[in-house]
Amino acid sequence: MIIKNVQDLKLVADRYNAEFGKYEHTVYVCGGGGCISSKCQATKDFVESYIKELGLTDKVNVVFTGCMGTCAMGPVVLIEPERIYYVHVTPERAKDIIDRQVVKGEVIEEYTFFDANLQKHIPCIDDIPFFAEQVQIVLNKCGKIPFDSIEAYIAKGGFTAEAKAFGMTQEQIVDEVTKSGLRGRGGAGFPTGIKWSAGMKAPGENKCIVCNADEGDPGAFMDRSAIEGDPFCLIEGMTIGGYAIGAHNGYVYCRAEYPVAVERFNKAAEIAREWGLLGKNILGSGFDFDIELRIGAGAFVCGEETALMSSIEGQRGEPRQKPPFPFESGLFGYPTIINNVETYYNIAEIINKGADWFASYGVGRSKGTKVFALAGDVINTGIVEVPMGMPLRKLIFEIGGGIVDGKKFKAAQIGGPSGGCITEKNLDTSVDYESLTSLGAIMGSGGLIVMSEDTCMVDTARFFMQFIQDESCGKCTPCRIGTKRMLEILERIVAGNGTLEDLDTLEELSHVIKDTAMCGLGQTAPNPVLSTISNFRDEYEAHIVDKSCPAHVCSALAKYYIDPEKCRGCTLCARNCPVQCISGKVKEPHVIDQSKCIKCGACQANCKFGAVIKK
Amino acid sequence: MSDVVKNLTAEEVEKQANFEKLANVIDLYSGKEGCLIQVLHAAQEIFGYLPYEVQKFVADNMGFSVSYVSSVSSFYSFFSTTPKTKHDVKVCLGTACYVRGGSALIEKLQELLGIGVGEATADNLFSIHVTRCVGACGLAPVVVVDDDVHKQVKPGDLAGILDQYRGE
Repeated sequence: MIIKNVQDLKLVADRYNAEFGKYEHTVYVCGGGGCISSKCQATKDFVESYIKELGLTDKVNVVFTGCMGTCAMGPVVLIEPERIYYVHVTPERAKDIIDRQVVKGEVIEEYTFFDANLQKHIPCIDDIPFFAEQVQIVLNKCGKIPFDSIEAYIAKGGFTAEAKAFGMTQEQIVDEVTKSGLRGRGGAGFPTGIKWSAGMKAPGENKCIVCNADEGDPGAFMDRSAIEGDPFCLIEGMTIGGYAIGAHNGYVYCRAEYPVAVERFNKAAEIAREWGLLGKNILGSGFDFDIELRIGAGAFVCGEETALMSSIEGQRGEPRQKPPFPFESGLFGYPTIINNVETYYNIAEIINKGADWFASYGVGRSKGTKVFALAGDVINTGIVEVPMGMPLRKLIFEIGGGIVDGKKFKAAQIGGPSGGCITEKNLDTSVDYESLTSLGAIMGSGGLIVMSEDTCMVDTARFFMQFIQDESCGKCTPCRIGTKRMLEILERIVAGNGTLEDLDTLEELSHVIKDTAMCGLGQTAPNPVLSTISNFRDEYEAHIVDKSCPAHVCSALAKYYIDPEKCRGCTLCARNCPVQCISGKVKEPHVIDQSKCIKCGACQANCKFGAVIKK
Repeated sequence: MSDVVKNLTAEEVEKQANFEKLANVIDLYSGKEGCLIQVLHAAQEIFGYLPYEVQKFVADNMGFSVSYVSSVSSFYSFFSTTPKTKHDVKVCLGTACYVRGGSALIEKLQELLGIGVGEATADNLFSIHVTRCVGACGLAPVVVVDDDVHKQVKPGDLAGILDQYRGE
């Protein structure tokens, strides 16, 4: 059908809700990126066919949703109305869940979420701290509706903000967004309202609005989850933005590594076109708008807005000098406004519930919520959305469940290759733009990598510099050559050949690159190095002076020992040693000759008794 | 001489059909601005990689010079000028996978297959690649074989994972 006005939206919503209300139970199967890798498709197919087999299709509804959040526990399933949350749901477990939970109303506790802090299973989703502590604005529909159903989206209030916006003037929308205090969620935190105001005032018949879905920060997967779980919300946010600035063409620039997001967005756009929610005269407003998705091709620099525009235009993704700014002369030379995925996901709620409501969340100049991708050495890896201002400790230890394997927390790397690390002493820092910047990190797009005591911070700095070297486009000298020199120094240090002067050189180079690189990628590239030097200078010095790696990561500095208590004298290590530096009699503890050892690790890999220790 | 035209090998017939497919794609995009990257994606999908003749075909049919097309295709890590092996084994070295032990997986794979990163086995069955973050950070470390994401992989799991693809 074609939706022409608010009444049509209400009609669709009522019809969908009535249909939905007929069922006694709903089985939500997560179809997010993490669960797909855990083979949730098989679980969903099984549930559907088993419900059919039991003749329960009139009573039990099966819904395939977007990401629910707990990515390491997939496939996950939620049963309503009881709201029992099951994890690791293989088809075998699904059969039990339907037989017992759905048919008999009996909770199978051992299949439910296990909370690592409380050391017990928590069956009801509303009682699980991981969910209970979140405030969801961006993800308020993600994981709760079928991602491919426009009716379900409308039934949850979808497109009502768009209808409301069409009744407002462009200035009113821009004012509302400005008043809300919404800032760009891609990293830099530029106020969205000010950006839109510049777009609105820019002269020209043809303007463009662009969504940056390049999400190149390794360790971040929030935007992916949002698009895959609730693609219609992006369409609504961009349409409102397009109307506010007077753009009729929208582009989504999505990275090629996200084929599922590409497929689901394109499908959603096609459906929106069929329903008259993209195209000519949307909702009878007289406003024409359409969105095209363009796929990137694997270049981190394309997350930088001017490089992104070059890439959409089909060129090498190299940044351009600013000014002119994109709002003056952007995509194909037209005035262009570019926002991050998450920014657009806030728009509909701001228009619907008002700027004051939005600004009631958050602290200081950081309003609303922020979505984080929790990953690394944390127990509950996944996607979480919390109000700005939450202490980092709460985010990592309560929502995240703490560190894996009972290890000690070392650092939280936030903001990816442009960011920095937060250490134990700053764990009570409020998560907001200003506080994080004052600690030498940045909010970034939301990738939050938790590192335990087993992580070497010097090697981590080297890792990020390697990444930047691989991804530097080569257009400007400071980034192309400066980061290369920094990488060489870091490689020297992890190999045990560094000097203390190297640390000064690293800092000097960092400041030169920050001051002179052309685009944001280069200007922020030294951040991980500066941040690790300032927080973990002792680790650098241990590599340089003591020639040792405190975390036992850097293999050139590692030494292998055989624990005489554990060694059974099986001779396996000696037989596998390529340089014959292990000696000892059968059934007696063996010894490694450190002067000959080449640190290949073959002894440790082959020992069946865990007797070979690397330190 | 006309016999030569008739006696095309199966490979040549397939190639010709692929070029026709590509011509259709280019046709589809005509009239839209800046579609070179989208066309190159389609070309790589059809041919598996982007050899010189494919880039030349794209250039000739879209009104670019070959050097321009090559300058774009060589900029992006997604485009390859070497033929694909039957199975691409890609180890993610995004931050989360790196922190959770991704580099040990690369070492083990090299040992198991006897090849280095970017190389192919002699039977053209496997090649090893380091991939950019695939956004499966909650499941780190991950290994992606073709389009299948294998989660929380330990070095000891790799032999079993490779075996799954050997039989195919």
